[in-house]
Amino acid sequence: MSNLLQLQHIRKTFPGVVALDDVSFSVAAGEIHTLLGENGAGKSTLMNVLTGFYAPDSGNILLDDQPIRFKSPRESLASGIGMVYQHFMLVPAHSVLENIMVALQKVPLLFPRRQLRAKIAQTIEEFGLNLDLDTPVWKLSIGAQQWIELIKLLMRDCRLLILDEPTAVLTPQEAAKLFKVLFMLKAQGKSVIFISHKMREVMEISDRVTILKKGRSVTTLEKGDFDQNRLATLMIGNDRIPEWQKSLPFSDELVLEIDKLSVRNDRGRADLDNFSLQLKKGEILGIAGVAGNGQKALAEALTGLVKVASGRVLAAGQDITRSCARSSYIAGIAHIPEDRKAIGIAPDLSLDENLILKNFRAARFRKGFFQSRSAIQKNAQEKIDQFAIKAGPQGSPVRLLSGGNIQKVIIARELSERPQVLVALYPTRGLDIGSAEYVHKVIAEGAGDGMSTILISEDLDELYKISDRIAVIFRGQLVGYVEPATASREQIGLMMSGEVLT
Amino acid sequence: MLEILLDATVRAGTPILFATLGAIINERAGIINLGIEGLMLIGALSGFAATFISGSLLLGVIAAFVTAFIAGSIHALICVQLRGNQIVSGLALTMFGVGITALFGRGLVGKTIEGFERHAVPLFSKLPLVGKALFNQDGLIYFSFLLVVLIWFFFYHSRWGLNLRTVGENPTAADACGIPVNLYRFLAVAFGSGLVGIGGAYLSLAYTPMWIENMTAGRGWIAVALVIFASWSSFRALFGAYLFGGVTAMQLRFQAMGTTVSAHILQMLPYVFTIAVLIISTLRLQKGASQQPGNLGLPYDREDRK
Amino acid sequence: MSLRIEKREEGTPLFRSLATTASLIFALLFAGLLLFFAGVDPAAAYLEIIKEALGSSYGLSETLVKATPLIITGLAVSIAFRMQIWNIGAEGQLYMGACGATWVALFSGLDSPLMLPAMFTAAFLAGGLWAAVAGLLRARWQVNEVIVTLLMNYIAILFTDYLIFGPWKNPDGFNFPLTAQFGDAARFTEYFNTRLHSGFFLAIFCALAVYLLMERTIWGFQVKAIGSNPNAARYAGMKTGLAIFLVLTLSGAVAGIAGFSEVAGLQHRLQHGISPGYGYTAIIIAWLARRSALGVVIVSFLMGILLVGGDSLQLSWQLPVAFAYAFQGLILFCLLASDFFINFRLRRVKEDADA
Repeated sequence: MSNLLQLQHIRKTFPGVVALDDVSFSVAAGEIHTLLGENGAGKSTLMNVLTGFYAPDSGNILLDDQPIRFKSPRESLASGIGMVYQHFMLVPAHSVLENIMVALQKVPLLFPRRQLRAKIAQTIEEFGLNLDLDTPVWKLSIGAQQWIELIKLLMRDCRLLILDEPTAVLTPQEAAKLFKVLFMLKAQGKSVIFISHKMREVMEISDRVTILKKGRSVTTLEKGDFDQNRLATLMIGNDRIPEWQKSLPFSDELVLEIDKLSVRNDRGRADLDNFSLQLKKGEILGIAGVAGNGQKALAEALTGLVKVASGRVLAAGQDITRSCARSSYIAGIAHIPEDRKAIGIAPDLSLDENLILKNFRAARFRKGFFQSRSAIQKNAQEKIDQFAIKAGPQGSPVRLLSGGNIQKVIIARELSERPQVLVALYPTRGLDIGSAEYVHKVIAEGAGDGMSTILISEDLDELYKISDRIAVIFRGQLVGYVEPATASREQIGLMMSGEVLT
Repeated sequence: MLEILLDATVRAGTPILFATLGAIINERAGIINLGIEGLMLIGALSGFAATFISGSLLLGVIAAFVTAFIAGSIHALICVQLRGNQIVSGLALTMFGVGITALFGRGLVGKTIEGFERHAVPLFSKLPLVGKALFNQDGLIYFSFLLVVLIWFFFYHSRWGLNLRTVGENPTAADACGIPVNLYRFLAVAFGSGLVGIGGAYLSLAYTPMWIENMTAGRGWIAVALVIFASWSSFRALFGAYLFGGVTAMQLRFQAMGTTVSAHILQMLPYVFTIAVLIISTLRLQKGASQQPGNLGLPYDREDRK
Repeated sequence: MSLRIEKREEGTPLFRSLATTASLIFALLFAGLLLFFAGVDPAAAYLEIIKEALGSSYGLSETLVKATPLIITGLAVSIAFRMQIWNIGAEGQLYMGACGATWVALFSGLDSPLMLPAMFTAAFLAGGLWAAVAGLLRARWQVNEVIVTLLMNYIAILFTDYLIFGPWKNPDGFNFPLTAQFGDAARFTEYFNTRLHSGFFLAIFCALAVYLLMERTIWGFQVKAIGSNPNAARYAGMKTGLAIFLVLTLSGAVAGIAGFSEVAGLQHRLQHGISPGYGYTAIIIAWLARRSALGVVIVSFLMGILLVGGDSLQLSWQLPVAFAYAFQGLILFCLLASDFFINFRLRRVKEDADA
């Protein structure tokens, strides 16, 4: 097989961070090549270098054995390289047609809509999709949006397609459909770079696998040369991975009951639609579902950040939906938000200050109107020791910390008041394995202390590993509960697409 | 009487219309431009000066466009290439425009020129009520009508317009599609600023053919508010500009008629009205009736860690 | 060879100060160019500014007189700025504060020892209420506070004109648009036979108060947190809407104090144009001083030098007062450009691909 693309000794740094240290790998024509590595290994960064978003500090890229450097995404597209990014490149307010048109070449200045419409509609049909071209994109499901991204590339006739963690937002059934398309492309002689950290997928579709670890390419293996264990060993770093034990069975006492809760969003649609849930004391309740099915609304409704349209929330049997008892109860709910940097921390404030973001009014941190700096610093030192946070110099802005440490700061803050309930929304997203395990350890230890956790995640492996029960959410409604020990992935996958199993 | 009022409405609204259209082009590209007031003054002064020196009104309009284009390029350079704070840069532009026009306009205060003349469209200008207001106006007003349609067409029926809208909504997406984001943003700001300059020139070449220091009296700020009212659409901008023009015309009428209400109180009306319009428009935005460009006010850096 | 723009790591404070100073020097150079094209000798003009403002004790006192309202309005704008709220309405709030103080001075019939504190209170409330409109609109309905506060400047100035051309016009004033003079009870003490008045000490006191409030109290902490990330603050349980409202109201109230200081200390009556744009200069001061109350005092002093010099240039070179705006605009442009160099750096990237 001839080499379509070669990357040699790519190095990329950002202020204070070495994202890529020394990466080399190649892609042949007509192969599906997987880039495997844990979160933070540098997979997305490498692809951003390839597509021209980032300029590498050093290294070579060879296309068809010719050295080439892409100064912008425009150039890489012109060379036939296209990418479906993890964070979609769509305009929610524009229609499907407008989003696709923008990506096409050779569209005349005053575009003849009818011809283009026909051509696009044809491509959509070829892939068995059902999309109205004039629908604004925000109305579509995330899975459909990803298909639009793919169509953009297919219509541009790319030679090399890069997909960055595409199955993160797909049910197992939708993922299978995607794989069928990829095999079809391979048969047409196109190449695919498939980025993932999910080993089972890698086993299923890869011709070759390149493993990335901490910004370095470790090795490239051919199909047949590897299995899940070997990949796992190569992928995981040498950091001490915290170990923890699953706690003993929990009590049957109901600590939280949600009864037909409905929440509307600012576009008037129901994010939560008669949603019901029961949480037991000391339980770790996982919530499975493709992102965008109401998870965020659930977390926000429980923590008082969004208004409830109808329904009830009962705490230990008492209705707290609208009473002022709610605010004191909410004070007892800890919340790990979805997007650490955007919602979880005040980026310019120091670590000390972020740790007291929630309880800065507490008597021990103040002397009347004034803050007690010594008490705040003492508290910070305690938390740094307790949670093993790798802090920077005293007083430096907290955004300079690594993702894992930022998550530790948030956890330290949220758990400092010994909450009864913890609502964690995708808490291990983007974290390396060591940090992810740490989050699980904290949740498991909390459960041992009687803290109940609602763990919302799109990673079925994670949910299987740690949850006592798993609830499935779809379009703002509860589909059902399953036991991790007995339910199969296919079962949950079907529930995630809304099928209620008898 | 109503005819005269409508005519005054159109004339009073035209400088605001140009300014709002220019601001819409800026904001569609994702850049907030708070320098509209300064740009209008720059256009007013250079238009007046060019006409005064050359005797040609056309040259005046061109001069207004070009100088405002250049001044707007400073804002563009700072906001696009240098990733600067858009609000501060716009305020700086306004301050700069006020000051520099006061400085260089000293010698022109009190001078007069032959302003734009009306040209009647045969037949249509005889229509009742709107005949005079819409079809017996000067060249710049007719141009403004055309501009409204051209801008609408540009945004919704041309590839460049679609690209520009994408740049303003999600520049990363536009970049990924191969659109030269910085170029679009820069040109949108500079060109839009040029249009704002023409709006200023209308004041000094047609509305009151003379130059007075600070003659825009806050119209630039009203245009900034009207962009939100217009939901970033050129036709609604027309409506908004004339609405404002109507309030101004009425307020002037009251003063001329000699009411007991103090002139100063009457002069407050356009500003109060604009605040009211802003409140209503913002509320409509909240309800999701329309959305502002997704990346409005934010810088774009390709290397931002995604 | 091409240039690439890259984010820089946290710049050291030294580097930042150097870059800021360099940009100010550039601003002076550009302004000098403008002066040159307007027929004014820039070197002579700058020398005159320094001489007038600092060359004599009277000049120095005049600088402090000009610095007084700048410090107060600068503090006002910086209070709001801490929360990323733009109070462009300090000018109008100053006017309203002046109106409030004037009302007490001329029409309240209060006794001597109560007069000044009452004027202060009236100015504080008037400025605060004026800004509270924008504060409410922003907090409750997210209406853009830049436009609202700015439009209200025009309204405030027109309102003041209405008063001094109308109901408050001095009957013995030969029909000039100004009010009667204040009585002795409503005036500040003046010092050293200059125009320097107690307002300056009031300004310093405000600086201390603002420093304590914003840096040391729990309310200041809240403001800081919300300014850094309003979403995170909300998630941590802070009531951001209320905080926005209070911050803008307080900002306006402090700006109102500046109005009180001007009418009680300098003008001793309400008249047209009591402020030549202090409220707008305050924006630059707040931006330059970032979050430091001490920085506000220092920058206000420097601006005072410019204003005193500008007054004298107006007399000797017929330079319009509005030129100060152009100068301030230039300073802001240069600061923004230097901000770029503080946050980013340029790197040469080799085109050809060799390892």
